[in-house]
Amino acid sequence: MVPTNYYLILSAILFGLGVVAFVFKRNIITIFMAIELMLNAVNLAFVAFSQALGKADGEVFVLFVIVVAAAEAAVGLGIIILTARNRRSLNVERVDLLKL
Amino acid sequence: MISGVLVIFFVLAALAVFGAVSLILQSHPIHSALSLILVMVSLAGLYLLMGAEFIAAVQIIVYGGAVMVLFVFVIMLLNAGVEERTNFSKLATFGGIPLALALGGIIAAAIARSSGHLPPPAASGAMSSTRELSMLLFSTFVYPFELTSFLILVAILGAIVLAQREN
Amino acid sequence: MPILENLWIIPLLPLLGSAINGLFGAKWSKAIVNSVALGSTGVSFLCAVEAVREFLSGGSQPFRKEFFDWIVAGSFRAGFDLQLDQLTVVMVLVVTGVGFLIHIYSTGYMAHEGGYYRFFSYLNLFMFFMLILVLAANYVLLFVGWEGVGLCSYLLIGFYFLRKSAADAGKKAFIVNRIGDFGFMLGMFLLFRSFGSLDFQTVFAKAATWQPEAMGQFGTMTVACILLFVGATGKSAQLPLYVWLPDAMEGPTPVSALIHAATMVTAGVYMVARSHVLFTHAPTAMYIVAIVGCATAFFAATIGLVQSDIKKVLAYSTVSQLGYMFLACGVGAFGAGIFHLMTHAFFKALLFLSAGSVIHAMGGEQDMWNMGGLSKKIKVTFVCMLFGTIAIAGFPPFAAFFSKDSILFAAYNSENGGKVLYGVGLLAAVFTSFYMFRLIWLTFYGEKRYDEHKVHVHESPGTMTGPLMILAFLSLTGGWFALPALFGGKDYFAEFLSPVFGAGEAGGGEAAQSLEHILSVVAVVAATAGLLVAWRMYSKKVKRGTSEGVHKLLYNKYYVDELYAAAIVRPLMWLSTNVFWKVVDAGMIDGAVNGVADGATAVGDTLRHTQSGNTRSYAVWVVVGAIVVLGIVFWPILHPALFGGVR
Repeated sequence: MVPTNYYLILSAILFGLGVVAFVFKRNIITIFMAIELMLNAVNLAFVAFSQALGKADGEVFVLFVIVVAAAEAAVGLGIIILTARNRRSLNVERVDLLKL
Repeated sequence: MISGVLVIFFVLAALAVFGAVSLILQSHPIHSALSLILVMVSLAGLYLLMGAEFIAAVQIIVYGGAVMVLFVFVIMLLNAGVEERTNFSKLATFGGIPLALALGGIIAAAIARSSGHLPPPAASGAMSSTRELSMLLFSTFVYPFELTSFLILVAILGAIVLAQREN
Repeated sequence: MPILENLWIIPLLPLLGSAINGLFGAKWSKAIVNSVALGSTGVSFLCAVEAVREFLSGGSQPFRKEFFDWIVAGSFRAGFDLQLDQLTVVMVLVVTGVGFLIHIYSTGYMAHEGGYYRFFSYLNLFMFFMLILVLAANYVLLFVGWEGVGLCSYLLIGFYFLRKSAADAGKKAFIVNRIGDFGFMLGMFLLFRSFGSLDFQTVFAKAATWQPEAMGQFGTMTVACILLFVGATGKSAQLPLYVWLPDAMEGPTPVSALIHAATMVTAGVYMVARSHVLFTHAPTAMYIVAIVGCATAFFAATIGLVQSDIKKVLAYSTVSQLGYMFLACGVGAFGAGIFHLMTHAFFKALLFLSAGSVIHAMGGEQDMWNMGGLSKKIKVTFVCMLFGTIAIAGFPPFAAFFSKDSILFAAYNSENGGKVLYGVGLLAAVFTSFYMFRLIWLTFYGEKRYDEHKVHVHESPGTMTGPLMILAFLSLTGGWFALPALFGGKDYFAEFLSPVFGAGEAGGGEAAQSLEHILSVVAVVAATAGLLVAWRMYSKKVKRGTSEGVHKLLYNKYYVDELYAAAIVRPLMWLSTNVFWKVVDAGMIDGAVNGVADGATAVGDTLRHTQSGNTRSYAVWVVVGAIVVLGIVFWPILHPALFGGVR
């Protein structure tokens, strides 16, 4: 059997890579994808614990995470479309209207 | 003696990590999207390995089939091109890597320190059947379940409102 | 209604008069203001007389009544307690009587001045505080009166507040008084610590059981008495805190008469006399009192020799005469000191009021070198002033002869250099006679040194001359209480006060009698000598000479004011400006407050950078937050292992 640790470490690695992408990428869609990556990493950890504890609660939570992620993707991408049309650029650094 | 399960695990894990790294390193968003699809599929494989078939199926159908398709459509719609190389934020440039390392470090340390306390993994499959899942979903977690349906409704409405043309 | 049971009426009436005049007097006519002011003082005087009558008819038992608790703190109690004994009788009659006469005089003198109602309000307020002072039965209430008369002195000296010199003089009086008051307070603290109370009854009873301290020993009693005496030097203008009194002449003349001659300045003498039980147990303190008094008497007399302002001469003579009173207390002759206090009140008030009359006649002129030949023109004033001068010089049968004589006699008989004290006192008496007669000759004789067309010399109105004549009568007869003693009989005044001071004063033995006679004759000869020298120098044609050498030194009052300004005032001003203002106030306090504001601004400036408007930096902050939260959540797991613990 695969020890639960391995899954957790993998989850941590994926999460870390998601953070790196979140900070370093400039295209707004790519940043959004990084968020999805982080969510997936978390899902993996949940399922791993669910299997380790022998209960199904973790999987139920994964279900909810997926639902929320989907809803978020729908609304978020809608906003991205509007913003992109408005600013005529997909570079997140061009959206700096709050700059002092 | 390395078991077959472990080998499959490492293969799928390597694929997932490769996909994630590729997401960072690619310059065109469509390539990043494809890398993410790769990650998701390998994660679905891992779920299968752990015996959570329903979740694996949902992962592929919803994430892979709906969310990622949405992403690809939006990339097409906005005519996203290669990423512009601007760099206005010094904080992000210099603080990014250390922060990621710190984050990773904390989590790694937590995992390492607690590794002795985890129970051994149970036999695969027995607990995680769909039947089990739905029992839980409609008894203990019925309120969050109803709320998520409400959430989806809100998301639909939001999407419609956002997509309206300005009259 | 028995006044004695309700002693509070005596101070209360002037207070009411002051309040009424102060609040409403601005709109009233002079007549109404007068009636309120004079009425309250006059009725107060009558009440005092009645209280004295009740006291005497009740067998002269010391009367003390507690009216209400003022301060109660643990075992300490200071109440509004008033008392009446023989010493108080003398003081209260002098204060209300002379005060009333001066009020009458002021209605005439101040008739043409602005702020009429304010003057009488302040004057009545002064009477209130002075009466509280003399009627008090504990040190705390006495101190209330003490401070109050200081306040009224400031208000009245600076009455013509639009004149800078008057305002400065008021400030000087108050500040110098405060220095003395500081000593007084320290003395009171020491007394409280030693006796647990500040009631006269309790303190004196306990002090009487103490062993008297030796000469040269600075025990608790001595230090306390010295501190109390420091307060007295401030209030009664002795060395070194006398400097405010000559400047106080900036105030209107009735103020100089009442406050700086008859009553306020005598508060110090009263206080020392009241505390005689304490002083007799501290011979060192008494010796210091005697020396300071004697030195002041001499010192002030030398300055008075050459002054040209008529009021300044009288001011220095007041300082000098107060020195005599302290000399008396210092050698143990408390009764003689109080006797001189009473006679001094009469003739000094008379002299000041007469001087005011002269100034009034001369239309405001105060420099004697611009007077001369006035004796024919203002006869009543002249005669009254002459009475006062003869009294102060010490010629019998006028009042001061008896009082000054008993002081010098007591000084002669005291131990530790009594003869020296006597000698210096006698010399001061010669000077006193000299400068007072110099004043008479310069002012009233010789040829007139003023322009008749500019100054219209006229006699003062009846409201002014009336009190003058009454005071002149008292200057003549005021000492006759002790007259029989001259012929071997009793000294009624000393006998009256003996229940308070102990019976050490009434004459003792034949040898003492004849010594006293001899010394009296010597005193008269000394006074005559002063008179003759003054006659020689000033009665004929005189001219103001140039001021050189010793004359210059004396004329400029030994440059004491300049010395104080350089040694004390300027360093303090420098300290205030450069340390307390620039460093402490502007630097530290303002700096701290401004520093808080500057700090807030600095923090804001730093935090501003988080709001850069750049989304990527926001992303970084999100990650930072996530790390913090994760750290907190994982802390129980992480920290035991952080420092190389169990894996």
